[in-house]
Amino acid sequence: MLVGESGSGKTTALRLLAGLLEPAEGRIELDGLTYFDSSRNLSVVPHKRPIGYVAQDYALFPHLNVLENVAFGLRALRMPAPLRRASELLERFGITDLAERRPAQLSGGQQQRVALARALAIEPRLLLLDEPLAALDLSTRRVVRAELIRLLAELPCVTIYVTHSPAEALLFGERVTVLEKGRVSQSGARDDLLRHPRSSYVAEFLGLNLYRGVVGSRTDDGLVRVSVEGGELFLAEDAPIGEEIHVVVDPREVVLSTERPQGSARNVFVGPIEEIAPEPPLGERVRVSVGSRPALIAEVTRAAASAMALAPGRMAYASFKATGARAYR
Amino acid sequence: MKRLVFVLLLLASPAFARDETTIFAAASLSGAFKEMGKKYRFNFAGSQQLAAQLEQGAPADVFASADEQWMSYAREHGLIAGEPRVFARNRLVVITPKSNPGRVDRIADLARPGVKVLIGVENVPIGRYARQVLTKHSSDFARRVLGNVVSQEENVKAIVTKIALGEADAGFVYVSDATPAVRRMPIPDEVNVIAAYPIAVVKNAPHAEAAQAFVNFLLSREGQAILVKHGFLPAENSRP
Amino acid sequence: MIRAAAVGAGVLLLLLLGIPIASLILRVPAASLATRMADPAIQEALRLSLVTTLISTLLIVLIGTPVAYVLATRDFPGKRVVETLIDLPMVLPPTVAGLALLLAFGRMGIAGKILGFGLPFTTLAVIVAQVFMAAPFFIAPARAGFAALDRRLLDAAATLRASEGYAFARVVLPLTLPSLTAGAAMACARALGEFGATITFAGNLPGVTQTMPLAVYVAFQSDLEAAIVLSVLLMILSFGLLLGLRAATGRMGPASSLAAPIAR
Repeated sequence: MLVGESGSGKTTALRLLAGLLEPAEGRIELDGLTYFDSSRNLSVVPHKRPIGYVAQDYALFPHLNVLENVAFGLRALRMPAPLRRASELLERFGITDLAERRPAQLSGGQQQRVALARALAIEPRLLLLDEPLAALDLSTRRVVRAELIRLLAELPCVTIYVTHSPAEALLFGERVTVLEKGRVSQSGARDDLLRHPRSSYVAEFLGLNLYRGVVGSRTDDGLVRVSVEGGELFLAEDAPIGEEIHVVVDPREVVLSTERPQGSARNVFVGPIEEIAPEPPLGERVRVSVGSRPALIAEVTRAAASAMALAPGRMAYASFKATGARAYR
Repeated sequence: MKRLVFVLLLLASPAFARDETTIFAAASLSGAFKEMGKKYRFNFAGSQQLAAQLEQGAPADVFASADEQWMSYAREHGLIAGEPRVFARNRLVVITPKSNPGRVDRIADLARPGVKVLIGVENVPIGRYARQVLTKHSSDFARRVLGNVVSQEENVKAIVTKIALGEADAGFVYVSDATPAVRRMPIPDEVNVIAAYPIAVVKNAPHAEAAQAFVNFLLSREGQAILVKHGFLPAENSRP
Repeated sequence: MIRAAAVGAGVLLLLLLGIPIASLILRVPAASLATRMADPAIQEALRLSLVTTLISTLLIVLIGTPVAYVLATRDFPGKRVVETLIDLPMVLPPTVAGLALLLAFGRMGIAGKILGFGLPFTTLAVIVAQVFMAAPFFIAPARAGFAALDRRLLDAAATLRASEGYAFARVVLPLTLPSLTAGAAMACARALGEFGATITFAGNLPGVTQTMPLAVYVAFQSDLEAAIVLSVLLMILSFGLLLGLRAATGRMGPASSLAAPIAR
């Protein structure tokens, strides 16, 4: 899974792999074979790479019917019985009755199936899917999503699935790579992403408070100082001085109050409330963004929020215990 | 709206606003006629083309043809007023490129296979005259030379230009057309023809008086001198 | 109000085009049409025009298609100059073009001297003149057609193992056929009617270089009836060629089926 915001470079990455775009510098290797190497001036043309590509808008050939579209790659490779193989694929995707139709006569979901069938017809070693669900309306999306999960699990090839939705990434993917502004900010197993987000993009999606900081000295009572942007956190973890770490604080661990708290929490911050957003599904809980330094997001019950008369602009204290934060590298 | 009409009229006016005397003359006369005076408007073309234009009603005051045939045509179709007068004569000459790539030194060389000859189209005066010259030699000679023709030109100036550019080996033109850019090969008098140029005032000419004045000037000593200067032969029995 | 003006303009244009053509047809002496057709001179001009125009159009399409494709899809230094050069014959007066051809390919011309022989006065020269004047009429619409093609379809073709040549034949050509046909038709018509450059560069000799337009011009001066017959023949010829071209590609073109409605 390749996930990132728009403009982060996801489509570019796919185009580079496909050979539709050439990097200024670098190396592309698949299955042990090198398809691009700037140091050796090596570049394999797209039509010689064993890849399959399904573009965001499907790019079906308007002058060919569905069957011919699917058979296109087979014919280009001069494989025998292209139409028979194509029909088999149509059957597998359950779109045999669409064989004679032209792309303009198909719905979004149907077009996607044809595009997939077409790309898979040539049995690629690597399948590139560019936001396959983005062009579909919500109801179709749900149906197609389920189908895709099943299909991708069966495929013998490696699939790179590009999406801007972290939800999709977490749903589909075994390995997730996060792209931020053209760079890889995190790459690993899905669970690792969930537990140890290293990019603000993912943290935001997961609704977690994420900080990057450097470990400082210990306090007198054995807590560790961590300097992050805007302030200092106190953690109960053990970490060597000078190490760069990520600190994640679940919003549910954050306590809000209108007066400076007197309790055991060692991390206390104050700032104006920036936003109060109800949490789905019922809005029984709300997320409060506090513009403290550093900024914090707290999750409290709606009742509690109204009891304290919390409103944007009001100053509030946000605090959490040293043990309420998790740190990792 | 009025402005638009005014502009349109202005654009169309060159055809009407000019109050100059219009002279339709054969192409070979262009050099000489232009010296006759700046107050005239000239239309130079093949005589056959001019006759056709007159027939279709083109406005003109004077018609000067390169041969009698087209003047007769004009007369038969009631296009001229009064009798035509011959105001100049011309002879034919063979011209070759300066480098003479076809090695044409005598008229007989024109019949040599491979020589590229230019001649006027049959119905253009220069074309007719040239064919007359060939037939005067012998009909067999005419046949062989015509077999060497690579192009039939619509007017004599085109022949001069193509020879000057060196594209063909020889061409038949009027003596008056042989510019310094080409080499002349004289045609023996026995087989040469004398082209007579008749001139007439056009019927219902808008400027009949000026037209007649032009004709008179051509026949005067001054006019004849200009014509001779441009290589023409004077009219026989011309007025002194 | 706008509608009335548009209709008025349309009628005016139809009259401007229609009346001269109608006058031509109405003046044809019906009886002599058949006898004129049998005239070997006319048949020669007809045959020459047909042969040269077809060859010219073929050459224009063969050479022009890759040129138009490159112009539409690639950038290179001096591209503007090349484009202007290719468009030039469209605005050049034909006689000027003829002179230029003469200076280039004449016996004494720049290229003529290198080649060792001159083109003028040959049928080849007729074809050269036609190709020179008519090529831009094909290249311009062909180029627009190629440029309008969705580049993403070519990307898709590449990912489906299609080499550039295969993609050109199976994706580009079928989708740009309407533009290419329209361009070919225009170039064909232009070549058929070519006069100025032909008479200046190739010359005027029946059977060799005297195409229909030249024959009409020559006939006009001596035999008006013949001129009218030739003109009408030329018109019928042009009409027939254009219709034939449209019909031939209309059957192959995908345009009609692309208009099928989206089933939602």
